[in-house]
Amino acid sequence: MDFPEELKYTEDHEWVLVENDVVTVGITNFAQDQLGDIVFVELPEVGDMLEEGKTFGVVESVKAVSDVYAPVAGEVVEVNEVLPDEPEALNNSPYEAGWMIKIKLADPAVLDGLMNVTAYKEFVEKD
Amino acid sequence: MISTEGRGLVLNENLLFEQSQPGRVGYSVAGLDVPAVTPDSHLIREDISDFPELSEVDVVRHYTRLSTWNYGVDSGFYPLGSCTMKYNPKINEVAARLPGFTDIHPQTPEALNQGALELMYNLQRDLGEISGFPAITLQPAAGAQGEFAGMLMIRAWQEARGQKRHKVIIPDTAHGTNPASSALCGYEVITVASDGILSKEAVAAVMDDDVAALMVTNPNTLGLFEADIREICDLVHERGGLVYSDGANLNAMMGISRPGDIGIDVMHFNLHKTFSTPHGGGGPGSGPVGVVDKLKPFMPVPFIVKGDGGYQLEYNCPQSIGRLKSFYGHFGILVRAYSYILSMGGEGLKRASELAVLNANYIRARLENEYDLPNKQRSLHEVVFSEDALQNDCHTLDVAKRLIDYGYHPPTIYFPLVVHGALMIEPTETESKQTIDEFCDALLAIAAESKNNPELLKQAPVRAKVRRLDETAAARKPKLRWERE
Repeated sequence: MDFPEELKYTEDHEWVLVENDVVTVGITNFAQDQLGDIVFVELPEVGDMLEEGKTFGVVESVKAVSDVYAPVAGEVVEVNEVLPDEPEALNNSPYEAGWMIKIKLADPAVLDGLMNVTAYKEFVEKD
Repeated sequence: MISTEGRGLVLNENLLFEQSQPGRVGYSVAGLDVPAVTPDSHLIREDISDFPELSEVDVVRHYTRLSTWNYGVDSGFYPLGSCTMKYNPKINEVAARLPGFTDIHPQTPEALNQGALELMYNLQRDLGEISGFPAITLQPAAGAQGEFAGMLMIRAWQEARGQKRHKVIIPDTAHGTNPASSALCGYEVITVASDGILSKEAVAAVMDDDVAALMVTNPNTLGLFEADIREICDLVHERGGLVYSDGANLNAMMGISRPGDIGIDVMHFNLHKTFSTPHGGGGPGSGPVGVVDKLKPFMPVPFIVKGDGGYQLEYNCPQSIGRLKSFYGHFGILVRAYSYILSMGGEGLKRASELAVLNANYIRARLENEYDLPNKQRSLHEVVFSEDALQNDCHTLDVAKRLIDYGYHPPTIYFPLVVHGALMIEPTETESKQTIDEFCDALLAIAAESKNNPELLKQAPVRAKVRRLDETAAARKPKLRWERE
């Protein structure tokens, strides 16, 4: 199962791509595999302020409904508009077409609390 | 003898729209003896073109054929975890069809409705005795509305004390409706992780003066009794919170433990689960709520009281959260539940709980060597396996589909979420040892198939009227309305 080196990861199985002070967020390949076929996605609106660790969206598969949590605090600056119409992108392309939102970081220091790829792989194996 | 052998004739049936023939009718009316009038054009709907035109026999055959595709508690074992699909005794139907009940109107004067009011009064009393709560409302239409009513009463009680609290604590083993009911009442939901059962420490870690209530399901969705519930209630009460208990699993506790005696402040009953009234597409639910004395002033109105002039509907309750439902709840369901309570009696209800627990534990003992059992604590009325012991990339969904080939309604799957690939089996007390043994034989045969011939699972169901449906496509691109091709 692939977990790109350049990303950071959370214990709730979100990935984070850091580009200057904007981070892109999605769910990992492990998360989409566990959820199964995803049929519905709910995203926040551009301009929403997110709190770290709080729900920012919902992902529903044929098996279950799951909340998705904000890995960092900040303002939503962009959302993947096509995702609600094409939720299968989360299954087919979790790291690219399936990205969910972009957040303007409130505090870059919080990135230090996220896992790198080695730590996340170990976490997934233990889980 | 368990097998997938057998033959049958399962006829296909076209939609009524497809069977329609222009001009065919199912009625015959006398000729018109008054002047004909054409309705104004704005009164004529245009969106019902292609409305089916059929004869009586077309319609009767259509629905009779469809009814033969049904699977219900009258046709077989239905071990749907968390749903308590027990057999519904026919004496309940006899009682509900008595003309004295079917021929009354909700607006009939009280003096002429005394029998119905007496039944509701007695049911309030009996549910109170079973649960240990001094006050009961019969109004809520189903369990979820009961939860809503209970949370509204909790909010009203705290507001009457001049407090505005914002949070509700819910363990991860609660029913899925619990967080929804809390959110609907304006609360933020704080989820706490449990290790099978909820610990005092986990609650203490999040309990503060902004928590309105703890909402638990007991026994929880793993079928485990919350053993520390008494101490947990004390802890919540000390900080000015209340405790809501989801009574959907009361079937494991009737006659043995009373929620009202162990510190719970509010609980709803699911008459359609515990008290053998129809549910699951077959009829309305009913979710009465029991409360402790301090919440009584906030109960929905009306409730039934006994006065000098007989039984009355009481509306005088100034702090009430108001009316929840038109008239007085699902009265026909109340009659069935009362019939069940009277026919079982106190000892019978206790025996029902004992057998429900025994049956679930018998299934657990027969299957736990072949199916992975993540929570090894003593379980009550249901047992939850994970998919971790399945071989050859077989999953819970495959087991469920293969059970259809063996003639069973599958158990609840992928719930609760805290179990990986959950297979949640609740046999209830109404099943015989023979039925349960045959069901276990089927699940053991399926476990063997997953090792030796996994394709049987992945192809299943092969003997059902339709093969495996594309649930993903149905959810992503639903076709909700028939259109002529």
